[in-house]
Amino acid sequence: MTAQVLQLARRSVIRTIRQPANWITPLIFPLALMAVNTGGLHAATKLPGFPTDSFLAFFLAFPFIQGSLFATVNAGVDLARDIQTGFLNRLALTPMQSPALLIGHLGGVIVMGFVQAAWYLTVGLVIGVRLQSGVAGALVLFLLAVLIVLAFGSFGALAALRTGSTEAVHSLFPVFFVFLFISSMNLPRNLIETDWFRTAASLNPVSYLIEAIRSLVIQGWNWEALGLGFSIAIVMSVVGLTLSSLALRTRMART
Amino acid sequence: MRATLNVARAVGWRMLHNNLTTPSLLIPGLAFPLFFFTAFAGGLSRVNEIPGFRFPVGYTAFQFVFVLLQSAAFAGVFTGFGIVRDFETGFMRRLMLAAPDRRGIVLGYAFGALGRWTITASMLTAVALVAGMEVGGNGVDLFALYALAVLVNAVGLLWSAGIAMRFRTLQAAPLMQLPIFLSLFFAPVFVPLALLAGWLQVIAHLNPVTLLLEAGRSLIAGAPVHVGYAFLVAVLLVTAFSIWAVRGLRKAEAAGSS
Repeated sequence: MTAQVLQLARRSVIRTIRQPANWITPLIFPLALMAVNTGGLHAATKLPGFPTDSFLAFFLAFPFIQGSLFATVNAGVDLARDIQTGFLNRLALTPMQSPALLIGHLGGVIVMGFVQAAWYLTVGLVIGVRLQSGVAGALVLFLLAVLIVLAFGSFGALAALRTGSTEAVHSLFPVFFVFLFISSMNLPRNLIETDWFRTAASLNPVSYLIEAIRSLVIQGWNWEALGLGFSIAIVMSVVGLTLSSLALRTRMART
Repeated sequence: MRATLNVARAVGWRMLHNNLTTPSLLIPGLAFPLFFFTAFAGGLSRVNEIPGFRFPVGYTAFQFVFVLLQSAAFAGVFTGFGIVRDFETGFMRRLMLAAPDRRGIVLGYAFGALGRWTITASMLTAVALVAGMEVGGNGVDLFALYALAVLVNAVGLLWSAGIAMRFRTLQAAPLMQLPIFLSLFFAPVFVPLALLAGWLQVIAHLNPVTLLLEAGRSLIAGAPVHVGYAFLVAVLLVTAFSIWAVRGLRKAEAAGSS
């Protein structure tokens, strides 16, 4: 089983490396958007009650989440392509165990998530962001970032396994994007003036993922924010993995 | 001229028909501008209170102008994707054989892009008004605002048509989108020019989109500023990209539109 997982994870990583668009976009695009938003909204730090005087530090959480969305969709598309091309059918004829496929696939996503997190953090530190939670905070940040990639990745895998269509997985991206934008990514929730938007952001789990990462950067150790962030990432992962396993069982039975 | 217009009318109608009857084309084109408007105007309304931020008709109108111009540019870009699809499916080859004046093909795609954006702009305007957007400008100001957006729509279409005609593959899609996306976002999107961070302010000063945005915002506020310059810049861009698109058409002809 371990050998199967490692083989499939290796394949997933190599496949990503061989498609530059799949790794260049998650590495560059979120940082470009961060640059634009930071340049455009740095004056927002002058709002009374804004939690830091550096919008860059405040916004650093954004690339972690957006990058994980990119990685998720790309990986989901790869899995859907395996279904469309019949690779999964051929695998079903081998002694490979079903869970190995899922774990191996998500292993590749996690590796990508780890590389992305290291890149975003390095760029952040180079351009002057200082983590209030220190070195230990950086380790926790990595752990959380990887957990978030796993959570989103499991939903990407679910979409791929349920639909078997690359187009359907692609269409998930705008949905994820809506969750990202209707959140506290640009302003803290208590500073969002529009009532319905603040309510939507408060109901949106992505807000808590962003706030957990952000707390490590600008606050230090905010146990409430971290607790909520980790809980949501864990719950999403468990739900996503459970549903993906069921979908995989159905998919393999069909083949 | 008559032949050109006949071709343009047929191609424009086809593009519009395809857009209206294909949900996967219609829905993103409508949903994304509305979504950006909601996210920016709703989520960032407090930005209005930043010291030094002065816009008399409120943050909703401030963001509306950006999203209106953005939707215009992207309606053009998305029509460019349609041109590529026509190359990939072989339809363009047949179209070029049938068209007595092939410049009408580019003009037709421009009509299609305009029709597509008209639907989006109507929806966006209705939503903005329902959301309580204040409008300070009179009828003439608003006409000028929408006319400016029409020119931006043409710029988006002509740029992407030039790319589509040269590369004739969907792999060139990022080349169509990215320059438009960057030029829109390296402008005063969230706050006025004076409140941008230093480096972005320098880029925004050099970016012609800034002039279009500021003129558009001044029109909706009812206090027009630099409108003449904005129209001049827009017309120059349309002219330059028309040449770019027609030269692309010639390259496609030379390649046998394969």
